This record gives sequence, C-alpha cells and structure tokens, in this order.
Amino acid sequence: MSAPANDSQDYVGFDTITQQMERKFLKRGFNFNVILVGESGMGKSTLVNSIFSSHLVDSQGRRTAQEVIRKTTEISPVTQTLEENGVRVRLTIIDTPGFGDQCNNEGCWVPVIKYIKDQHAAYLERELKPQRDRVINDTRVHACLYFLNPGSRGLRPLDVEVLKRLTEVTNVIPVIAKSDSMTVEERTVFKRRIKEELVFHRIAVYPYPSEEDGEEDRLLNSSIRDLVPFAVVGSEEIIDVNGTPVRGRRHGWGVINIFDEAHSDFVHLRNFMLRTHLSDLIEVTSQRHYEQFRTSQLRQIKELRAQQAAAAASGGIMGSMPQQAPPQVPAIHQSMA
Amino acid sequence: MKANAGNASGIQKKKMQGYVGFSNYPNQVHRRSVKRGFNFTLMVVGESGIGKSTLINTLFDTKIFPDREEMPPSAEPIKGVDVTSMSADIQENGVKLRLTVVDTPGFGDSINNEDAWQPILENIESRFDAYLAQENRVNRSKIVDNRIDAVIYFIKPTGHCLRAIDIEFMKRLHTKVNLIPIVAKADTLTARELELFKAKIMADINYHGIQIFKPVSDEFDDPETVSDNREILSKIPFAVIGSEKLVERPDGTMVRGRRYPWGIIEVENEEHNDFIKLRQMLLRSHMEELKDSTDMVLYENYRTQKLLSMGHVQDNNVFREFNPLVQVEEERRAHEAKMQKMEAEMTAVFQQKVQEKESKLKLSEEELYARHKEMKTVLEKQRSELDEKKKRAEASVRPITPMEQHPTKGKKKNIFSGF
Repeated sequence: MSAPANDSQDYVGFDTITQQMERKFLKRGFNFNVILVGESGMGKSTLVNSIFSSHLVDSQGRRTAQEVIRKTTEISPVTQTLEENGVRVRLTIIDTPGFGDQCNNEGCWVPVIKYIKDQHAAYLERELKPQRDRVINDTRVHACLYFLNPGSRGLRPLDVEVLKRLTEVTNVIPVIAKSDSMTVEERTVFKRRIKEELVFHRIAVYPYPSEEDGEEDRLLNSSIRDLVPFAVVGSEEIIDVNGTPVRGRRHGWGVINIFDEAHSDFVHLRNFMLRTHLSDLIEVTSQRHYEQFRTSQLRQIKELRAQQAAAAASGGIMGSMPQQAPPQVPAIHQSMA
Repeated sequence: MKANAGNASGIQKKKMQGYVGFSNYPNQVHRRSVKRGFNFTLMVVGESGIGKSTLINTLFDTKIFPDREEMPPSAEPIKGVDVTSMSADIQENGVKLRLTVVDTPGFGDSINNEDAWQPILENIESRFDAYLAQENRVNRSKIVDNRIDAVIYFIKPTGHCLRAIDIEFMKRLHTKVNLIPIVAKADTLTARELELFKAKIMADINYHGIQIFKPVSDEFDDPETVSDNREILSKIPFAVIGSEKLVERPDGTMVRGRRYPWGIIEVENEEHNDFIKLRQMLLRSHMEELKDSTDMVLYENYRTQKLLSMGHVQDNNVFREFNPLVQVEEERRAHEAKMQKMEAEMTAVFQQKVQEKESKLKLSEEELYARHKEMKTVLEKQRSELDEKKKRAEASVRPITPMEQHPTKGKKKNIFSGF
C-alpha cells in the first residue's frame, strides 16, 4: 500500500501525530526519575554526573574521620530541570547513602524498596481520586542503576538479595562503575559470570524481551543485553590530551577517555538510557511495574472490603454498609513492604 | 656496646689492648640462623576478589595460592569466615625460608559481617596459646613457632574514609598483631585521588587510635637506613597492585604488570604503585622487626594477660638470694620472733585482766565496808536511843522487877537479830 503524497487529495494526514505529540511534549516537558543503589565509593555520583554532563549530585561518602558512619540507608532525591533543544526534563536522581555500608547490612534494602513502592502508591492514590489532576506529577522510579563490585567472583549474597527485590518493582540496569581496575579479559569473564548468575537466580534485568518488539528492536535489545552489566568509567574532569579536551582520567601509565568504546561502555550506557530507551523506560515502568503494583493493591483493597463486609454482617452492626471512602492506599502497602 | 652508668651497678667499662675476636659473634649467630632456616607467617585479610592471592604470589614470585577455581552459580557462598593456611619452603641465596600464608576467605562477603573479625582473632590467639603451651612443656627443644608475624589488611579503593568493617576489624586486632593496611587495586585511583585517600585513611586510623606497624629509626641506625625508613613511612598505607603475568612494554621489554587499553601499569615501577616499598618493608628490611615485635611485644602482652586472668600471682620473693642454710636460719628467727611476740601479747592481756579483777574486787570491798559502817552507825544510833529510853524509864518508875528488864533485852535482841 503506497502512501499518497503529502499534498494530494487522498492524503489524510494522521502521520503528523508524531509531530503533534512532540509539540505537546515540548510544552509539557516530562519527568525522569533514576535511583542509584550501591555502596559508598562505587562511583555513583560521578557516573550520574558524567551521563548528564553536569554536576547534578554530590557524593555522599564519608569525607572526614569525625563523620559518623550512617546506621541506615537514607533516601535523598535531588530534582533539577534540564533543557536540551527546547525539550525540558524534570530529572530526579535519588541517591541511597548508607546502603551496604554497615557491618550488618541485613535489611539495608528496605528503605529503597519502600521508597519505590511509595511512589507507585502516591500515583495510584492520585489516579483513584474522584477528581484527578490532568497531569499527574510522575514521581515513579523509571530506572535503577545497580552498582556491582568489580573483582568479586560474581554476584555477592547482598547483590542477589537486593536485585531479586528491586527487579520486582522497577527497571534495573546493572553497572560496574569503577571498571578501570579490570583488564579487558577480566571484564569479559566477569560479565559472563554475572549473566550466568542472573539467569540462575531468575533475576530479570532491563531490557525485558517482549513479543511486541520489531526485528530491529530485538537486535538492539539483544546487543544491549550482551553488554550487561555495563563496565563504565565516569569522570567529571576534562583533561588535555595532546591539545584535545577529553573527559577522562589521567594515570601515570595512560589516559582513560570515557567516551572511547575500547576503554569503557559509557557511551553505550548513555545512549541506551537516554537516546534510545528513555521513553521505553518510562513506559515499561507505567505498564509493567506500576500495573503489577496497582493490581495487587486493588486486589488487597477488595479483600479487605470483603472482610469488613463479612465482619459487619456477622457482627450485627446496624444498617450501614462500609463507606465508599477513597482507599487507604499508603497504609495498606506499608504492610506489604 | 652500651655505655653503663659506671660503677653504680658494678659493671666497669674497659678498653682492650688488641684484637680479641668476640666481634665475630654476630657472624656466628648469622651462620647458625642460616643453617637453621627461618620461618615467617603472614596473614591476608580482605573481601573476596580484592587481590589477596595475586599479591602474595607477586610478592614471593611463587605461585603460593593456586588460581581461583570457577564455581557454578549454584555453589553456596561461604558462610562466615574460613581460616586456611598454605606453607611453602622457598630458598634464596642459600637462605631457607618456611613461608606460611594464612588466608581468610569469606571475610566481608556476607550480608551480615558484624562478627567477621572473630574467627580471625580466635585463630591468632590460638596460635599464641599453642606457643605458650609449648614453652611450658618439660622438653622444650623443639618449639614450632606459627604465630602470625604480620597481617596485611586490604582496603577497598573507594576514595572515601574507611568503611565500618575496616574500622571494626582493625580496632579488634591491632593490639594482637602487626597490622599493615594497604590500598588494594591501586590502579583505580589517580595520583591525586590516592594522595587524598591515603590522608583520609590515616586520619581515620589516628582518630580511632588504631596502631599500625611503622618502621622506626633509633639512634643506632646509619643515615641510609634512617632515610630509607622515612621514605617507607611517607608512603604508608601502601597502594599496591599485583600481577603474575608478564606483559610487553612498547620498547619490547617484558615486565610484570597489567595491560589496559589505555596503557600498561607495571608492578615494579615505583611511579605506578608502592609494591616495591611494601616488599622492601615486609621482606628486605623489616621482617626481623616484625618477628621481634610479635615475639617480644605482642606475644608477651598476650601471655601476661592470659596468666593474670588465670589467677597467677607474681611472687617476687622468688628472686631474692637463695642460700638454704641462711634461709633455714631466717625461718627459725622469724618463727622465734613470732613466738615471743605472741607471748608478750598474752602476758599483756593477762595483766590487764588481773588488774581489772583487782579493781573490781576493791570496789566491792569498799562498798561492803561502807555499808558496814553505815549499818554500824544506825545500830549505834538505835542503841543510844534505847539507852535513853531505858534511863527515862528507870528514872520515872521505881526499881523495876527483873521481869520488866527482860522485854527490853528481848527488844534489843530483836533489833540485833536482824543481822
């Protein structure tokens, strides 16, 4: 079926929807929320600042001996508005200082999971309001960068526990941030090992295979899945290499250029997150993780109401049915966390 | 030869006329030690994958630890901390060394690492106990020394201050072993980052009062040693890398190092990392000091604590002059003195008691006498009264019949019969 020319009589013109959407987008802007999960000193802040080419977050690591070691995982979101070619994004980076830093890290993931679920809950609550806002401010976490420890045999026990839980509520992208301590061979071995372990523990990392994908999407996704976990090097410094400014790290034995594909997967990670899969990340969050959460929540509410109705009927309370009050969404989900 | 405080302790300093030859003694000691061989026990502590085996194999240029075997994902990770040791007899220039390296797989790898230090501390103390037991044996000719001479603690190159597990471990162990913290995987950090990191580590170590092993110079060292020691000290904690592989440099030479897409880091290049300094301190200059410190300071402290806690009391009498006759004489005298003392005491007590009794009796005597006197006066009084009555009665009435006189006598009797 050949498309008629744009100005001919038979041209309908619904293909301009992409431009219409673009205009809408430009006007409205969009939200993008990323959470960083990893121990102190793994390179989280540096990597994020490198990806967005601006100093968005400060490192929350312990700088002096007098600073006390955090006893729990804190959640510290930082929101900024970035603009590029007229497109505005409200970017929220959520750091998790204290994660995995104590001697006993049992339960250090709980505040993280709770935060992610809270955002789903907040969105659900606003959605269920009788009078909804036209545009709900989307604070749901669209991507989680999980930082792996270079040099370990594979996934550590803590990694397995946390990844299992994280992948149930958000899109997880595993990265190795300070990968300049691994040679190319070591990197290959490590990546293979991690992939084996992810399969063994049935941990599903993003991107997820989907039947809807076209041929090229599938190729792209499989090439990305090959790279997982991304072995990256971050840098906020621009150094001078023979006259050209390079974002990288200078060692006594060589200079690392983070944009050099032979040196690190940084370019792939950035392109993947921002240039090709940005809208997909947001969409999958909404369609998969949020929907899962919503389903389980509503089911729970239904059960709760049924229980209340049964109790009211059997307890002989006069007359009144349980009210059709707006569901206590946050309260319920807390018992789930 | 140390100069003594002259004649105060009875030791005199003499100058010799010619060459006697006892200055050859250190050489004799040296020959004997070389014949006997040395042993050195090293422990490595750090989380899995941080480079412990590679560093040991690099330090001694021998494959002490075999390559890590590939385990399937279904393999259970180690629960807690294992303490395993490997021994190797290596030889260099005719000097035999029995090297023992103690590994601690599992340290810091679990979710809960609160007690990760405990099995390690127990292992160190059990080695002290074993040595103590051997020292107390009847036959001490063959003592096996497997006390830990040094612990190399691997710090993750985070760039921030020490982690909770680092501080906890070092605080628990620094008084029991020579602690040598190093920055592992030093190729992750740039020179500037490393400088800041080392400063943060030392600040943390000092803040928490952790004692680490440091080379010290005393007044007997020659200037070269002093400057060497100062150089070593300036690099602590050492930032090292290890490698068992040879790589080719651009100029064609083969060196031990790691090849990256951006360059080659050489193990034995002092500008790339502190491996040379670590090896120098550990093996070339301070091995003896480490062993000495373990034996003289750490072990002794442990022993003292242990014996005191077992209830031993230090009896300093043991150290006076021992002459059996004198001792018997002393004992006799002491006994006699004791007896005399007791006698005197008893006499004194007796005297006191006698006095008390005397005074008591005296008191009662006086009392009785007083009463007697009192009664006598009363009696006299009554008598004189009666006499008066009698006279009056006689005066008023005619000569009385003998029968009338009797009642008064009888009366008198009644009064006196009161006695």
